[in-house]
Parts: sequence; C-alpha cells; structure tokens
Amino acid sequence: MTDIKFAAAKPNKIQGSATEWAEQIDGAPPPSKKVPPLPVAKVAQELQTAVEQFLYRQAEILDDKHWDEWLDLFTTDGRYWMPASEEQTTGDGMANVFYEDLDLMKVRIKRVNHPRAWSQKPPHKHCHLVSNVVIEKHDPASGDIVVRSRFHMAEFRRDNVRHFVGKYRHELKKTPNGYKIKLQRVDLVNAEGPYEYVLLTWL
Amino acid sequence: MDGSVTGDIRALVEPDRVHRKCYTDPDVFDMEMRNIHETVWVYVGHESQVKNPGDYYTTLIGRQPMVMVRAKDGKVHVLYNRCPHRGALLCPDRHGNTGQTFKCSYHAWRFNLDGSLLKVPVVEQYAGTRFDLADKQFHMKPAERTESYRGFVFCSLSHDGPDLKTYLSGALRAFDDMCDRAPDGEVEVVPTCFRMIQKSNWKIFLENQLDAVHPSITHESSGRAALEVEKDIEKRTGHKAPLSYHYISAFTEPFFRWDTLNTMGFPNGHCTLEGYMGLRPRDPDTLEYEAAMEKSYGKKRAEEILNVNLHHVLVYPSLSVQSPLQQLRAVRPLAADRTLTEIWHFRLKGAPEAIYRRSLDYYYLVNAPSTMINADDLDNFWRCHTGLASEGGDWVSFHRNAGQDPHKDGVYTSVTGMSELPMRHMMKAWTEYMTKGARR
Repeated sequence: MTDIKFAAAKPNKIQGSATEWAEQIDGAPPPSKKVPPLPVAKVAQELQTAVEQFLYRQAEILDDKHWDEWLDLFTTDGRYWMPASEEQTTGDGMANVFYEDLDLMKVRIKRVNHPRAWSQKPPHKHCHLVSNVVIEKHDPASGDIVVRSRFHMAEFRRDNVRHFVGKYRHELKKTPNGYKIKLQRVDLVNAEGPYEYVLLTWL
Repeated sequence: MDGSVTGDIRALVEPDRVHRKCYTDPDVFDMEMRNIHETVWVYVGHESQVKNPGDYYTTLIGRQPMVMVRAKDGKVHVLYNRCPHRGALLCPDRHGNTGQTFKCSYHAWRFNLDGSLLKVPVVEQYAGTRFDLADKQFHMKPAERTESYRGFVFCSLSHDGPDLKTYLSGALRAFDDMCDRAPDGEVEVVPTCFRMIQKSNWKIFLENQLDAVHPSITHESSGRAALEVEKDIEKRTGHKAPLSYHYISAFTEPFFRWDTLNTMGFPNGHCTLEGYMGLRPRDPDTLEYEAAMEKSYGKKRAEEILNVNLHHVLVYPSLSVQSPLQQLRAVRPLAADRTLTEIWHFRLKGAPEAIYRRSLDYYYLVNAPSTMINADDLDNFWRCHTGLASEGGDWVSFHRNAGQDPHKDGVYTSVTGMSELPMRHMMKAWTEYMTKGARR
C-alpha cells in the first residue's frame, strides 16, 4: 500500500445544509404541475352492467381466439391502439406498439392460423381479467360511451407464464347490433421497458 | 479456454464452419466484449437524441454504462456514467435532461456537462489530502475516443486504432445513403426507441441480417397473409393497397429472386445486402418527394441517390442499418445468450410527411414489439442458441457457396445473393479482432 503523509487536521466551522448547497447551484425547484381530475359520468346501474358485460365478452373472445367475433367487435373504421408511451394523445403518425385497422387485424389472424407460423408453435394460451370499470362519458342522444378499465392477462407458452398488466380505454359506438369499438386504447404498464417477447396477438 | 487463448480462438473458426463455443462460451463472450465491443468504433446514438444542453441518453458500450450528453457549447460528449467518488451511476434513467450539471445522489458531487468536476460539498474537509478539484481522476471519465459521421455518434473505448471514417470503410454507405435521401441532406431521430431482448448470442442476429435464404421460409406465414389481404383491398377498393402491405408480401418472392441480390463484405467485418422491395412507386407522394430531391441535388445526382439499391448495411459489430427506410438496430450484447437491440427510425429532413409515414409503417410492421416479421426471427434465434448450447454437434455450417467469394483489395462480392459470404466474412473479421489482443 502506498504510504502517504497527510497534513494535520484543522478544525473547520461547517456551514449550510444540503438543500442550501444544491439550490445555490440549481435555484429553487419549480412549482409542481396541477393535474386535472379524470372525468367520470354518472350512469344508471343497468348501463354500467351492460358496458361491463361488453368488456368481459371481449376478453373471453380474445382468450378463446374467436377471431371472426373479434373482428365483429369493431366498427368498420375501428382501431386497436397500444401507444409506445402513456403521454401519446394520438396513434396517427406516431410510433406505436399496436395501431391496427380491420385489414391489418386480418393479416395478423391469417398469419397466426397459417400452418407455418413458426413462432406460434405451440400457440399461446391467454387468460384475461378485466376490472375497475369506470364510465367516463355517456352521450344520451347517441348512446355512445367512453369507458376506462384495467386488465391483467396471464399468457402460457412453452412452459412459461408471463403477465401483462395495464389500462384499457374504449370508445364505444352504440349500434342496432350492440356496442362496437371505434377505438380501443391499451396502455401497458411497462410499454416503455425492454420487450423480452413479441406480442403475437392483441392484449 | 486454457493454454494459448489465441490458438484456441483460431481453432474455433474454419473457412466454412464455426465452432458452437463462439456463440455459447461465457469466456469467449468476455473476450469479445474486451477485444471487440470495448475496442472498435461502436454506435452510441444520433446527435438529434440530445438536442438541447443537458439532454442525455444512456446506453451500454460493451459492458460499460455510458452516457451521451449535449454540453452548453453544443458539443456532444460520451462519458462513463459513473461518479468518480464512490462509483454511483450518475444517470439512472435511460434519458432526460440533467440541467446545468450532473448530480450525484450519494454525496452531491457536481459535474459540468463535459464531465469535469465543478463542485463538491464541504470541500474544506479535503484540505491536506491528495484530493484536487482539477485532478482528472475526480472527473467523469470520457470515452477514450468519440467521433460522429453525419450526425451518427460512435465511440471507441481504446486509445488505439483507425479513425472512424477509416474504420467504417464500405459501411459509410449506410449513413451517406440515409442522409442523401433527405432533400436537406440530414436526418432527425424519431424519439421512440423500441428495445427488444433476444434470447440468443449477438452474432446470431448479425448473421440473420444478410441471409437472403431465410426470408421466404421464416416469414412465409406473414408474407402469405399480407398478400391475401393486399389482394382483398385491391378488389374491394379498386386501388393499389398501401406500400406497407408490400413490405410484408415481398417475403413471398420465389427463391430465384433472392438469388439475384448481391452481398458484399468490406474490411473490418462490415457487409451489405441489396434491396428487393422496389421503393419507387409512381404515386403522387413519391413524385412530390422526387421533385424535392431534384430541386436540392439536380436531376442527375437525385437519380443516383434514389437508385441506390440497399436493404441492409451491417456496421460491424454494433449496427444493422436499413438506410432506404431510415431504420437502424443497435446491438448491445448483455451475455453470451442475451442481446438487447435498440431500434430507431428517422425522418428525412425536407421530405414530405407521406415519405416519413412509409418509414413509420416499416418501423411498425417489422420492428415494433407486435411485429409479425421479427416474431419469427427472434424465435429462430432462440431455437438456434438453445440447440448450439447442446452437445448434439459442434459446428455451425457456413458452407453455402464457400470458396466462391471473389475479392479485390479486401472487398468481397458474392456469386449469388444466397451465398453465406456475409457470415464467413464476419467470422473472419471476428477472428482477427479476437487474436489481436486486448484494448489499450
């Protein structure tokens, strides 16, 4: 070990605090931003139940891979959208994890059903739970709905179980054939993290 | 690995086959990090990722946590992301703005944006010690060398070696082609970066990038599905389907088409593969873009730029670039069997929005975490790595068209697009790096 001759200690009078020291360089911290409250619509229990049932039905269709029924859940111009970050306010012209219209959904369905879709061997198994259903907007004239909810999906594949958790936001159109999805927004809690997997179908 | 390491390495690579240990042995991996990724020029990021003073981006160069930062004078620095006091990471986030200084969360040491030490609290306690504010050992350590080419920042963690341009040699095309395609001659990064983890060795990814036999096999399911829907759209609307469908349906091209694509190998392990997608349709958006190109470059030069036919440029060992669609994937090896890729795309400055949308569509379809294309590639990489870790055989075969690679002045050209020239070429460069000795 190197031998060092140190100077004798001189008593110092230490002044100031860590906060004073930091703010001398950085200035005072900016005021915290005001966050607007999330909108909530007051609706009848019957409507609440009908919307919840729609969301449960979608989860079941996805888990059981009833692809024709899946496509039928959307309006003809409907979209399934998973932004790359929760800050995104639109999917148009942005980099997204998912941003699919019916035609692209058809490509995905045809592909997973192809006998040589290599990464679908064996196919995955899904199980969705949907909860925390809050209707944020109800237009009494059209019957259209905007609804927020949470999901937890477990996926089983090649001896492994993976978990996907996040938020849904559905924009639903009321039609003579029941609700149809105009836009489904999906915010995965770890959307900005590294992906150890490829999302082969929708969450 | 024992005895003569260099001898061992040479025994692992033959002209037409490579030993599985090159992919699976953790000792080989450590040596690769030291002799290759922490020695040669490796891609850090694009200057437009850090537009304003204090903007930073962190990444891994080899095994080293580095931070790229824009200083007050506009200069971009690449520094080790480490406080010289007790070693704490100074930037624990992936990116952000650090303000005027880097701040240590442990004892509040403050560093200027060029890494020099600005201030430490209760500094009087250091009186009479060997600590000195001006002593470089108390400053953030910069990468040994940092250079950028047309906005693309590289660093080398070795003092020795050729300059960046000399190192890149034939791979300069990647950045020239991408930037030249912008009417303003520059590109700007789109701030979303998808990061994908491959459960396989980093070289398995590089070898896939210029493999023209695999696309129609690996991606058959997606190619066929897209072709069917492409036809449906055309029947339903009476118009051509968007170009993005063609990106995927092009995978259905028959073998003879892939055979016509030229591949090349350049000094230091870089390789190129020619394009197959035909990216010059005669629609109004393309015509508007081409007119802007003519205005900037004149007719002759614009034609030259637009006719550059590239699919991938592999910038050894850290990048796969698709310049005509403004995409790149940076390779960050994490372990022998784990590789992170950082996937970026760019806007051509001065080009119409519709041209950006093409790049975005490709980014989505091929590179997003929901990709129908790389899904099957990543699956293959995992299958390969798992098989190579077994004792079911010792060798990886690169025999296709072996011994038929014409070359002149260190530049190799394949006799067929399906040749395994790029794999042989990369492993030849790999052997040279690995046996040349460690950095510094």
